[in-house]
Amino acid sequence: MLSFIAKRLAQSVLVMAIVSAVSFSLFNFVGDPVNNMVGQDATREQRLEIRDKLGLDDPIITQYGRFVGNMLQADFGLSYRIKRPVDDLIAERLPATLELVFVSAIISLFFGIVLGIYTGIKRNSWISRVILSTSLAGVSLPTFVIGIGLIYLFAVHLRWLPSSGRSGVVELGWWKTSLITLEGWRSIILPAITLSLFQLTLILRLVRAEMMEVMRTDFIKFARARGLSERAINFRHALRNTLVPVITIIGLNIGGLVAFSVVTETVFQWPGTGLMFIQAVNFVDVPIMAAYLVFVALLFVVINLIVDILYFVVDPRIRLGG
Amino acid sequence: MAKFKATDPSRVVVDTTLEILVHIKHLLTASVIALTVASPALAENVLRWTSQGDALTLDPHSQNESPTIAMNGQMYESLVTRDADLILHPELAESWEAGEDGWTFNLRKGVKFHDGADFTAEDVVFSFERAKHEASDYKEQIKSIVSMEVIDDYSIKMVTNGVNPILPNQLTSLYIMDKGWAEANNVLVPQDYAAEEENYAVRNANGTGPFILESRAPDELTVLTRNADWWGEGMFPGNVDKIEYRPISNAATRVAALLSGEVDFVLDPPLQDLARIKSTDGLSVKTAAQIRSIFFGMDQGVDKLRTSDAEGNPFKDVRVREAMNLAIDREAIKRVVMEGLAFPTSMITSPGVLGNTPENDPPVETDPARAKALLAEAGYPDGFTVRLDCPNDRYNNDEKICQAAVSMYARIGVTVNLDAIPKSQHFPKIQNRETDFYMLGWGVPTLDSHYVFTYLLDSQGSWNASGYNNPRVNEITAAIATEIDGGKRTSMIVEAWDLIQADMPYVPIHHQVLAWGLSSAVDIPIAADDAFRPRFAVMK
Repeated sequence: MLSFIAKRLAQSVLVMAIVSAVSFSLFNFVGDPVNNMVGQDATREQRLEIRDKLGLDDPIITQYGRFVGNMLQADFGLSYRIKRPVDDLIAERLPATLELVFVSAIISLFFGIVLGIYTGIKRNSWISRVILSTSLAGVSLPTFVIGIGLIYLFAVHLRWLPSSGRSGVVELGWWKTSLITLEGWRSIILPAITLSLFQLTLILRLVRAEMMEVMRTDFIKFARARGLSERAINFRHALRNTLVPVITIIGLNIGGLVAFSVVTETVFQWPGTGLMFIQAVNFVDVPIMAAYLVFVALLFVVINLIVDILYFVVDPRIRLGG
Repeated sequence: MAKFKATDPSRVVVDTTLEILVHIKHLLTASVIALTVASPALAENVLRWTSQGDALTLDPHSQNESPTIAMNGQMYESLVTRDADLILHPELAESWEAGEDGWTFNLRKGVKFHDGADFTAEDVVFSFERAKHEASDYKEQIKSIVSMEVIDDYSIKMVTNGVNPILPNQLTSLYIMDKGWAEANNVLVPQDYAAEEENYAVRNANGTGPFILESRAPDELTVLTRNADWWGEGMFPGNVDKIEYRPISNAATRVAALLSGEVDFVLDPPLQDLARIKSTDGLSVKTAAQIRSIFFGMDQGVDKLRTSDAEGNPFKDVRVREAMNLAIDREAIKRVVMEGLAFPTSMITSPGVLGNTPENDPPVETDPARAKALLAEAGYPDGFTVRLDCPNDRYNNDEKICQAAVSMYARIGVTVNLDAIPKSQHFPKIQNRETDFYMLGWGVPTLDSHYVFTYLLDSQGSWNASGYNNPRVNEITAAIATEIDGGKRTSMIVEAWDLIQADMPYVPIHHQVLAWGLSSAVDIPIAADDAFRPRFAVMK
């Protein structure tokens, strides 16, 4: 067990190093931050001076070395755009993103499993057909189209919900939450639905397929032969066996939700890390871009690590084989 | 939870789902009621508005950027200000006069900062010193000031390096901070890029202005409240008690917030949504000519163009430059690309700037036939190729304008290859002189041609990638910097423009139009500099 974890940890560190190096080397193609940092009447000398001060003319490898060195000391520098420490900014905006991801995960899990079971059991009912064909929209429509559509329906036309932003925020120590006020729920619901749709569809289709698969197996037939009630068969036997792959997918998709939140947060002006990243890209705010990409890479690596360890615990075949 | 009907599992799912939907419906209905009840209870005038980009910092000397200047101008004040018609008005200075070696400003008495401290000449000296600091983005604007003499608490002399006839014009966004407050909070200098910590002035403000900062969450919500002790209380039409500013970066979402009544004012609705806003009850659109002109630059300074198949540099020949001007159908660009929102022109500076004249401003007639003839005369009967560098995220419809130009140049035989890229990659090309043919837009904060000459037309101008070099224009640029006789100065500016219009170093396209979206609950005078001035905002 220990050697297994150690091996996985070593791999994770390697992945982190590669991801950060690759993303860092991309920054030179994004453009020149200095132009955004000074007014149009700054002189050429002033621009050069800032470039020099920020070390933008050093070779990439030197810049990267400096970045890694600072990062190991937990120093991500100051945002070029808003001149505040990057780690403060991420810490400030992370709660918004995590709450959005949390609510979306709940929505996609709940509706994904419920609708998946329904369409799996009632394969031929017209409701199932409607659910399945609408779910196609969930995977095929781009997130921003869904977002704008929801805004126009619920905020502009019906005026039930706010169109954007995060209101009803309450401070619990350093964590700012919007999940304990009605205002907060009103503002989170549209972005959360938008973000959840893709995952919801995925889970729905997965659960449905698994459910149909399991229903054909011998032990279900045997259970039927034993005269168990339909409910017991469906929920105690079939559903349980369905959930193993679902749990795997969910683990991996939490990372996907954080990544997808970039688009959703931009459409809804949700003040999380994704919105911050987009603004940083437009400004060529290298410190924020670098820190954010490292953060996302770390997130994926940690989730994968946990999933791997869970496999190890859950599935005896890996234990024996590894 | 729903009670299970044991035999039919599908029922369970449907029932549960239905029940939850009913719950959601109750929740929504309850909150709609809560909202409708809450709204009319507000007795004070709250102005809620939005725009794409939040102020970058509240430090008044750190960033020379329009949204930052506009936000800080609600809390801080300068010696001299402009109203919505861009006319100079006294703000913290009551009067000013030019002398032999500088300007004397008589300051307003009895003004207090938001924290209660008195405003005196000492604060002016401190703020100007701070703005001259290396980390300040305003040091260029006031570099002509060599020293300051405090005559008494309420008068101060700015000694300039030679005569500077337009010093007051250069001070309109130079905000005054309280020296005591800056000392107490250790913000004696603006934030430095290389520093590791955020300074106090980035998120806190203490000015003398009509609004006081109540709370600030960058990129989320900034709340300002009326300053009841403001010196100008009762002198301006504005009746706003509270301003809530919420930036929304996505254009469609921004418009949705206006349509849904969540904001009263959108500073920058996208052009394609203006018709929709206009046609909605209770909303209106205001438009005005902006002080920003859009044009193409042609590098006539290099011996060989970098991206062209032509021998030498065609742009060196004034006939080619004229042909490039004649080829553009500015009315078509206005009609098709800009939805009517542009003022076609043949000048690179806008009406309102001293030097733009009704004689020089109208666009040249489009004449592809004559353009072809001129090209042939210049030795390019079959045209030539060149690359057009264009930003795609800076000006209204910038990339589309360039696309339209490409097809217009094709008609006269000039093959233009378009390279449309983000502004952070585009502008360095101009600054580093790596482009043959490029789009640029230019605004003029001082409303004086000197600002245009010194950056775009003087041979040493830092944004003059056209390589234009006319000795007389260079001479005039230097002369008008120190000419105090207004009449003489203006005639020199006119002379320079006549030379420039004949030399045609640029291909002017149009002056931009800016548009604001407003609800009928509020009236705000639109200003050509795109700045929101809440002291003139009237809520009904």
